Amino acid sequence: MSSSTPLLAVDELSVAFHRRGAGETRAVDGVSFTLEEGRVTGLVGESGCGKSVTSLALMGLLPDRGVEVGGSAVMRLPEGEVDLLRLSRRRLRDLRGSQLAMIFQDPLSSLNPVVPIGRQVTEILKRHRGMRGSAARKEAADLLYRVGIPDPTRRLNEYPHQLSGGMRQRALIAMAVACKPRLMIADEPTTALDVTIQAQILELLKDLVTEEGTALLMITHDLGVVAGLCDDINVLYAGRAVETAPRRPLFADPTHPYTVGLLGSVPRLDAPRGEPLTPVRGSVNDNIAWTDGCAFAPRCDHYTMECLQGPPPLVRTGDGTHIHRCVNPIDHADVVDQTVLESPAVVGEDEEERE
Amino acid sequence: MPTTPSSQSDEKIPFHQRKAAKVDRLAELMGDRGDDGHGAGIWREAFARMRRSPMAITGAVIVAVFIVVALFSPLIAPYSPTSQAWGNEVFPNRNEFVGPRGENWLGLDHLGRDMFSRMVIGARQTLMVGVVATLVGFLFGALLGGTAGACSVLGGRWGRQVDNVVMRVIDMMLALPTLLLAVTVAALVGPSLTTVMLAVGIAQIPIFARLLRGAMISQGNREYVLAAQAMGVRKRKIALTHILPNSMGPVIVQSTLTLATAIIDAAALSYLGLGNPDANFPEWGTMLSEAQRFLSSAPSLAVYPALGIIITALGFTLLGESLREALDPKLRK
Amino acid sequence: MLRFIVRRLLQLIPTLGGLSILLFVWLQRLPGGPEYALLPDDATDEQRQALRRSLGLDEPLMVQYLSFLRRILQGDLGTSLQTSRPVMDEFFLRFPATFELGVTAMIIAVTIGLPLGYLAARKRGGVLDFAAVGGSLLGICTPVFFLAFILKVVFAEGLGLFPSAFRLSPGLGRTDITGFFVLDGVMTREWDVVWDALAHLILPGLALASIPLAVITRMTRASVLEVMGEDYVRTANAKGLHRTTVRTRHVLRNALLPVVTAMGLLAGSLFAGAVLTESVFAFPGIGSFVYVATQERDYPVLTGFILLIATMYVFINLLVDISYSLLDPRVRAQ
Repeated sequence: MSSSTPLLAVDELSVAFHRRGAGETRAVDGVSFTLEEGRVTGLVGESGCGKSVTSLALMGLLPDRGVEVGGSAVMRLPEGEVDLLRLSRRRLRDLRGSQLAMIFQDPLSSLNPVVPIGRQVTEILKRHRGMRGSAARKEAADLLYRVGIPDPTRRLNEYPHQLSGGMRQRALIAMAVACKPRLMIADEPTTALDVTIQAQILELLKDLVTEEGTALLMITHDLGVVAGLCDDINVLYAGRAVETAPRRPLFADPTHPYTVGLLGSVPRLDAPRGEPLTPVRGSVNDNIAWTDGCAFAPRCDHYTMECLQGPPPLVRTGDGTHIHRCVNPIDHADVVDQTVLESPAVVGEDEEERE
Repeated sequence: MPTTPSSQSDEKIPFHQRKAAKVDRLAELMGDRGDDGHGAGIWREAFARMRRSPMAITGAVIVAVFIVVALFSPLIAPYSPTSQAWGNEVFPNRNEFVGPRGENWLGLDHLGRDMFSRMVIGARQTLMVGVVATLVGFLFGALLGGTAGACSVLGGRWGRQVDNVVMRVIDMMLALPTLLLAVTVAALVGPSLTTVMLAVGIAQIPIFARLLRGAMISQGNREYVLAAQAMGVRKRKIALTHILPNSMGPVIVQSTLTLATAIIDAAALSYLGLGNPDANFPEWGTMLSEAQRFLSSAPSLAVYPALGIIITALGFTLLGESLREALDPKLRK
Repeated sequence: MLRFIVRRLLQLIPTLGGLSILLFVWLQRLPGGPEYALLPDDATDEQRQALRRSLGLDEPLMVQYLSFLRRILQGDLGTSLQTSRPVMDEFFLRFPATFELGVTAMIIAVTIGLPLGYLAARKRGGVLDFAAVGGSLLGICTPVFFLAFILKVVFAEGLGLFPSAFRLSPGLGRTDITGFFVLDGVMTREWDVVWDALAHLILPGLALASIPLAVITRMTRASVLEVMGEDYVRTANAKGLHRTTVRTRHVLRNALLPVVTAMGLLAGSLFAGAVLTESVFAFPGIGSFVYVATQERDYPVLTGFILLIATMYVFINLLVDISYSLLDPRVRAQ
């Protein structure tokens, strides 16, 4: 296996929810990205853009019924490549926790309230590393210590409600890293925490990535987190990636109006006093179907008639740093030339996957 | 999807109209999606959901039929429910009963009275027992629970004391099982239909009281109460105009469910001999307990009123449960 | 833990005290007062006066109440009008029968209700779910005494599968140790007695179990459904734990908490149900005794029964609270 193939290649991932009485809702509508060992990839967008659903689909944690997952997510494992979306449930269970791990948003509700922290850590050691009894407890204490929980032996017997918010998130991270997974997904891991704790948790995640060479998929709406942690960034809007670029080009020369809007919504210290913020108007609910045109058009200042005639194509900018999905991108001198990567027709009528 | 207007046609549109054209097109595309109920009140939303639920529809149909029969029973019943016109055809001690026939659709009871007429008139009595008992439970329970809830929300040492005392009373009433509370009341005032209604109603008081108090306290902890207070609205006014109306959901659900419980409990009281001794006004519970004696020889005498009770209670329960589900904020998304 | 129990015990005092006042007032309010209840209708006024004096009814209410309270605390609930024996003795005599029946009903309700509710939640929207929900609604809506009659007519009198009345077939000799027939039978290895007593318990047990069974099934289902959607279950799945581990340690462990509370309340209401069920099956327990008492207006028995039930209810709830605090560490902390 050459190291040039990515650790995880997500291709045209789509998730549609079917509800009785209502039609289908496409939460994720053709998202592609790759993850590399030792790198942090960000999925950025407002709530409802499909970023959490993407992560749950990769983990196989979406409900069985009423959900249709399409596309592929090929992961490189020691024993060969597997498509996470097509694995048997049993096989997926073996991978979860050992090769794939996930950290959730709300640490209190994500921990079982009636089981001691120690047991919640040791159960994963027992499951995937075959550890038993005191050995498992010792390893659990080590893990808690490594994620920065003081006095870990005492903490093992405590219940989630006895821990502070930061401690709980550290405990969840300890469970996630317990089996040294190759891939870790963090779904807004710092949203529910205080700012100072946020910084500590981000620092911890960064260290884990550099020390263990884990690939981290960081899901967030917080551009501060993105700027501080992510190497590559995918901006999602209404279930599709609208712009993909490494950190620097994305922050320096955003090409998609939505990315520009996101960046413009963040207050800047170096901006002249009195300069207004430029928020994105409207809300995620003001969208149109991708098949009709650009879903962002209703909120976009630059939309034209062309934006409303079928899905915009996915194009790569001239300097190759950005990939975006926009008919009227924001012009930067060096990124104007474009190559079309994918014609609209292919994206629009992707209905082949059925389980 | 018609995607005919190409970029060329766009060019032909005069410049000053282009902006309008794209705005129109956008409005057209966004208008495709139906109104997803934004701004509708929770009750309207709940009813919209219930219209789609087979459980709610079944319950509503049963309840509607029951109420119509009960209201118009004197018009529907072909004979007097007390007339023993066919008394010479029925001999219970010889196990001779009359089943359904053209004249008497559901046959005759053990005294030779028309079963169908008795069932129809009985529906009216049963409805009355259910409604009055529920009203008693609802009114006094809401008064008790509302006082406790309001006092607890208004706070202060005095408020907490009142709440505490009311809660102890409710605890005490809860310690008495519904049926025995009813027996107690019935034993105190003697058997009659009023007794049954009062007894069953009183037994429901603590349930209503506790529900309303709990809902009010949880509403009282919401941020909007704090916000209203911050804007200088008096607490007493907040309790009356915001907290109380917002807490009525579970109480209204419980009322629907109580209608079912009341009908069943009333039947049990009749069985215990505490029910309506007045044979002029048949009530399903009384009919059922009277007919128990003939269960092996003439099961239909018991089965009709029993089915009446079960189906009606089921109707109210289905309605109440689906209302509860429709109002549940966890299921509402 | 001990402090918690003591605090809860102290909270019982106002509840039980208030209840005793209620009962006292009730007895005072009886038509004509207690002396009418205790004496035959044709008693003379002198007899009534004498009884009033001997009962202390001419004393101030407060004194009367205190002596009423003292008698209750000494276990004196008065004398039954039907049997002219102390109510307490009558209850003690019949308690094992009712307790045995109640336990049977609770076992039936729990062993069927918990798995049924759990499976219904797991297969939500399926045939089993529909049957479980429909069946439990039907169970709640069917008058208990009617169900008891139907069971008796169909399974005892019709099909002859089970005996239709009493605790034991006539003529079957048994050794009495505790008054609990099944327990005694096991202890003395009189297996025929065990089987016979069990056969007598099945039908009344089923009738009595109908409401707790329905409630437990529905509560378990709702609770499991709620817990299955919790974040920590998703975490457990994300950890790749075996399905059985997720289901037992993470789903069931949490889902059973509210069911435990409900079971306590249900156990209290079993006594009321016993009045209806036992009378149908001529089961010689407290229930059928009280059934006759309601017909005969045997007030001392009724008051005694209410006091007994209220006390049981209050203590069962105490037990529920304690077990809840053992099961849920969050409650323990408060």
